[in-house]
Order: sequence, then structure tokens, then C-alpha cells
Amino acid sequence: MPTMQTSRLLSSLLTAGVLALWASTTFADVTGLTIPKAKEMANPDTKCIKPVEDMRKNHMQYLLHQRDETLREGIREEKFKGESLKECIECHNAPGKDGKVARVAEREHFCNACHSFTAVKIDCFDCHADKPANSEYRHPLGDKMMTSQSGFDSKQLLNQPKLDPVAAKGDKKP
Amino acid sequence: MSDETGLNVTRRQFLGTSTALAGLAIAPGVFLTKVAHAGDTVAATEKNRWGMLIDTSKCATGCNDCVTACNKENGISGTHGPKTDAQWIRKVTLTDKQTGYVQSLPLLCQHCENPPCVDVCPTGASMKRADGIVLVDKHTCIGCRYCMMACPYKARSFIHEVLHEQKTTAPRGKGTVESCTFCVQRVDANRGEPEKSKHQDPACVEACNASGHKAMWFGDLKDPNSEIATELKKHGGQQLRADLQLNTGVRYQGIT
Repeated sequence: MPTMQTSRLLSSLLTAGVLALWASTTFADVTGLTIPKAKEMANPDTKCIKPVEDMRKNHMQYLLHQRDETLREGIREEKFKGESLKECIECHNAPGKDGKVARVAEREHFCNACHSFTAVKIDCFDCHADKPANSEYRHPLGDKMMTSQSGFDSKQLLNQPKLDPVAAKGDKKP
Repeated sequence: MSDETGLNVTRRQFLGTSTALAGLAIAPGVFLTKVAHAGDTVAATEKNRWGMLIDTSKCATGCNDCVTACNKENGISGTHGPKTDAQWIRKVTLTDKQTGYVQSLPLLCQHCENPPCVDVCPTGASMKRADGIVLVDKHTCIGCRYCMMACPYKARSFIHEVLHEQKTTAPRGKGTVESCTFCVQRVDANRGEPEKSKHQDPACVEACNASGHKAMWFGDLKDPNSEIATELKKHGGQQLRADLQLNTGVRYQGIT
């Protein structure tokens, strides 16, 4: 029979888990995971079309809503400049200095680095190309790209100290 | 119910906080995405209907350039021979048994106005775009192959094996059905390009022109000034299996 102590411990662990996910800024620190670098910083402020924190949490949403509009309505580059899976791959899985491109089955592949660690199986690359068609490609960064769609302000985030799960939890407490 | 660690959470509090956090995480992506993109569309519309005209009298027996070009453009390569390999376009030879007259023509998805493949699809993966191009949404295709049985032109192929070297512009994969897309990546690229001289034809048409046979035209059937519409108005074009009343987007001239 579980004691009060055990159930407290369990709920504490669960809460800590949820908050650790929430405070995804600390993801790399917590796991010690090395994520392959993009071929260059697209912009000194944002590094990507969206802040890293936003991308880690929402990349699947961006890709999902976009795929249906692209396939079924034919909305491609103009509206989604910089947002397509194609463009993620072209920047984040570019050939290394030795000219080799990581394939999706390898740990060095940008997507697989996290997805194999978190055991989240993706089937995107059963059909989609896992390497860039044009390694010279650079996606444009218009004004639209500078602010996040989910309300993040990239500059503010960069100036903030990193979130600590325990401290963040304390803040949420009523 | 409190202790020195400050990690005391009741079940109700825990569930409440978790749900709120989940809501916060999901909601912005769902709603703000729509707002940010409002009024900024370059979607395919019903103003166009893409079609193709093939003059079989100009199509040379033995020439396979359209097929080769299609395979190259869309990254189709053979695995175990013609029985199972994907064919988006194939050359068909017709021989009149009475007279011995032989003619050759390319056969591809006819991009019907009333496509039987769309009617039978149980998941909605087989679909027709607003501009008349019939496609398979491989995100929802379950590989049941009903559409392959429904198609009177045998235009669709099933992918039996794991593929590796797909083209970025033409995603293809095991367990899904596929067919000619009219090189939809080129059609969509053309839409963002106002200069008509820079427009690209589908790979097969391009190759047919390059070979000098010039047996294929691609264009907008709804634009009365387009080359294809003018030619069809002047000389007409035949549908394959017109009796099925599918109103095909691909028309043929010269079939006897």
C-alpha cells in the first residue's frame, strides 16, 4: 500500500516532469543532448525563423497546418517562406565540412537527434527527402518571420535568464 | 498537507495545473497561426482548370522521352520490373487488327472532373484540387488501393517497398498510392510568376517539345486564349472512355 510519502513523491515527480517540458529552454541542459547546429545563424537575433523555444514546442504544429494547405490548396513558397519541411532540412541538415549529409537513420540527422532520444517515432521521411536538394539555399527572413506566431518575442526571450524548473514551479503556485 | 520541500500538490491541483499548461501550449499555435496568415493566400482556385492535349499522330512509336523525363522529375526508379514499378505515365501501342495500323500514345492520369478514384476513397486522401488536378494526400492514404481499382485508365500505382532517394519536390513512400500530378510543383511555381514566358510545362511536355515531336500541350482549359483551349476549340479533342462521362482533363487528337 503506497504511503503518503510515496504518493507525494510521485506527484512531485510528475509535476516536475510537466514543468521541465514547459520550461523547454533547459531541455538541452537537462538531457545533455547535443543537437546538430544549423549551417549558419540565419539571423543574429532569432537564429531560426522562430525562437528556439517556440520551435522546440511548436514545430509539429507549424508543419501540420502547413502540409494540408500546401497539398490540398497548393499554397507553397509565397505564404510559407521559410516554414516548410523542405526549408528546415535545407538549413538544419546541410552537408558538413566533409561534404557528407546525415541521413535520417543516423544520430547526426537534425530531426533524429532529438526524436530518437525522446523515442518519438516520426514517419515524415518515409516519403519526404531527408537531405537538402540545394545546399546553397538560404531562406529569406522577412518581417513576418521575426515575431513568433505563438506570442513569443524573440528578443525578450534572449534577454531573460534561463528558466529553472523549480523556480518556475514556485511562481505558478497559487 | 504541506512540507518543507514546497512540492505538496493535491491531485486536483495537479490536474488543474497540467490542463492549464497544456491549454497554454496548444492554443496559441492553433489560433494565432490562422490570424497571422489571414488575407495572404496564393491558393489554387477554380479560375483555372489544368489540362493536357496529346496529338497521337505526332507521338512517335518507340520514343519514350516523356516517361524518362517524368521519372527523372519525380524521382521514380525501377525496383522489380514493370509489374510492380510505379508508372505515372506509360507509352501504349494500339494496333488495329483489321488494318494493321499502329499508333502510339502516352497514357497518364486523366485528371477527371468527376474522378472515380475520389468517389471511392474511404479516407479522403484521393482528392481533386480546386484547379482540377487530382492528387493523393499521402498523409491520409492508407494504401487500400480502392482508387486503383476504380480508375478506368489504370493510372495509379502502389508503392510496395521502402524508398530512399525521393525528390524534395515529390514526396513518395511505401504503402501509399500515387499517380501523375501534372508536375504540381511546377504548376504552383508558375502561379507565383506573373511572366508567362517563364512558365514551366510538366516534365513530359517539356521533354516532348525538346525531342521535336511536339505532340503534347499543357495549359488552362478555362482560359479561352490559352494555346490548348484555342486548339481544342478549333479541332476538338477526344476523351478516352467518353462514355463514362468523367470529363477528363487530358484530351487526345488523332486516335482512330
